[in-house]
Amino acid sequence: MQQTEVFSQRINKALANHQARLSLRDTMDRLKLKRLQQFPDKQHLDELRHQAKSIRQKALNHLPDLLEQLEKKLTENGIKVHWAEAPEQANSIIHEILNKAGAKSVVKGKSMVSEEIDMNAYLEQRGIEVIESDLGEFIIQLAHEPPSHIIMPAIHKNARDVAKLFHQHFPELAYTEDVNELTLSARKILRDRFANADAGISGVNFAVAETGTLCLVENEGNGRLSTTTPDIHIAITGIEKVIEKLEDLPPLLNILPKTATGQPVTTYVNMISSPRKAHEKDGPRQVHLVLLDNTRSDIHSSEDFIDTLRCIRCGSCINHCPVYVQVGGHAYGSTYPGPIGTVLEPQRIGLQQMGNLTSACTLCGACAEVCPVQIPLPSLINQLRAESISTQFSDSRISGKGSLRKRSEALAWKLWSVTYAQPWLYGIFRWTATRLRFLAPSRLGGWTKYRTSPKPAAKTLHELARQQGFDNE
Amino acid sequence: MSSARDNILKRLRSKPRDTGEVQDRLVPDHGWNQQEKIEHLSHQMQAVRTEVQRLGESQWIDWLNSELPKRKLNRVLTGHTNEGQAFKDRAETSLDVQYYAQNIESFKTGLFNKIDVGITTTRGGIADTGSLILWPDEHEPRLLSLVPPVHIALLKANEIYESLAQAIEIQEWEQGMPSNALLVSGPSKTADIQQTLAYGIHGPKELIVLILE
Repeated sequence: MQQTEVFSQRINKALANHQARLSLRDTMDRLKLKRLQQFPDKQHLDELRHQAKSIRQKALNHLPDLLEQLEKKLTENGIKVHWAEAPEQANSIIHEILNKAGAKSVVKGKSMVSEEIDMNAYLEQRGIEVIESDLGEFIIQLAHEPPSHIIMPAIHKNARDVAKLFHQHFPELAYTEDVNELTLSARKILRDRFANADAGISGVNFAVAETGTLCLVENEGNGRLSTTTPDIHIAITGIEKVIEKLEDLPPLLNILPKTATGQPVTTYVNMISSPRKAHEKDGPRQVHLVLLDNTRSDIHSSEDFIDTLRCIRCGSCINHCPVYVQVGGHAYGSTYPGPIGTVLEPQRIGLQQMGNLTSACTLCGACAEVCPVQIPLPSLINQLRAESISTQFSDSRISGKGSLRKRSEALAWKLWSVTYAQPWLYGIFRWTATRLRFLAPSRLGGWTKYRTSPKPAAKTLHELARQQGFDNE
Repeated sequence: MSSARDNILKRLRSKPRDTGEVQDRLVPDHGWNQQEKIEHLSHQMQAVRTEVQRLGESQWIDWLNSELPKRKLNRVLTGHTNEGQAFKDRAETSLDVQYYAQNIESFKTGLFNKIDVGITTTRGGIADTGSLILWPDEHEPRLLSLVPPVHIALLKANEIYESLAQAIEIQEWEQGMPSNALLVSGPSKTADIQQTLAYGIHGPKELIVLILE
């Protein structure tokens, strides 16, 4: 199991970084508290979650129709729609649009889908400069690192790390560890980029089929600048992000920022419905939407796993995960970390490569309790565990089913179930285990690395109970 | 018709899905009167460092004439709207007021470097989240509220709605959306460095809302 080894190595490395763990713990605790403050009434919160869930679920139930409606409306509005089945296809569509327009520089708003397809690398290899403009993304781009959280990409960096990075890349700026000054430095550095970029690329939070509207939420204004200043705007999103009506927006826009970061509303809600019209003075003359499948339609076909697609990418499950808070996002080695990553990545990439993520879960249930669209994350994680080792499979089209099955493990459980089903065999087993307890091994691989080895008791529970006067009942 | 499109739609249609309806919308109905709506909106916006000024309906030009020079916001950009024109006509002589009336391609340097403040109208406000509805058009371009370091927005008190849901319903947004509609709920901000809140990252560093009663 090479994948598992690599995964454990990353986890061990993360666990050894005490400073990072402390600061992550602190950040997550604050985020949890801020979220709670936005929802003082538990019952009302559950109503809001149920509403958000039903809006997303209904959209998924009508997904093919809504996608066609969205395409029709966007096309009427003058936005060009592209469909991509796989990352390579999405990348080449984007590259072609840029190439045709002779675009050499791109300024980018935050998009997890673009991370999913590794778009920056693809474009850079073809001579196009891509600048991340979200402050967190900008920081990790300078550090050549992937995001460690889906909405707070640089959460693993402190002010000193950022100060060093800025100083290294922009020695002309005075060294400072003051967050306000660092922020203003980033403003200065990126200002010209916005003004001079040939194209802007962004993600999408919700695509409204009824009116053909792409809705993006953000606090910084970099998303608005990226989608307004350059002459070309390319939005990329997963096919599951569509919702039916404008009236579906308010409940989702209400719950998203509250549950994500504990703020009642984001600074900007940016609703784009068309390119620059005649006589308008600004806005891109070309707007494109790339709809990416990348296994989403397979996930959609499964009765249980379709729930994965309700996700609105708020990150609350990550903020509340007791495993994530210890190891951080990079330990997962996946684009999406935490509970949602644990559910999504094995389905997207296959159980063989990503199935071991499901072992980084205690099934505590915190993620499901906070999910604003009520995705049953722990039960999906459990089902993925079963899919990865079972020989009997569900209706899902997930790849690598049974690929993590180990003969020794399967044999051990087989012996266990046979023994426990036969009273006489169980009798022999418990007699042997108690009488030969001195033979119990003191080292049990990884288990005894941090714990003492379990040793059977001298007498079985049955014997002890009989001594206490319980009869054979 | 691309084959990717057909393949994706075909896969999505491979299993019929039940089409359960969504429950009735939980549209919040607080029953706030105009004063309460103003107070809620102000409270929410001030919480994210927005300056809110309550003025008489015709006082705003005087307010701008007295405040802008004081704050050294002398290079003023407005839309070519009735309000923009009214202000340009009556602006203090020390203020350089111009319309955003040319295409961005020929105005980028000026817009990014030579403007202190952008003034826009709004299409209303939203009390419960403290948001402004911006509806840019050919007379009031999109970047006017975004690129200048200070944004001043005029908001009519009788156009404040309780919630976004109410605004969408009453203004019948589904009848037609502009190229770009916006909700703005404060000056630009970020917490991407160490989860520490900092204002003025990419959009306006300051937002001033003039509520006209």
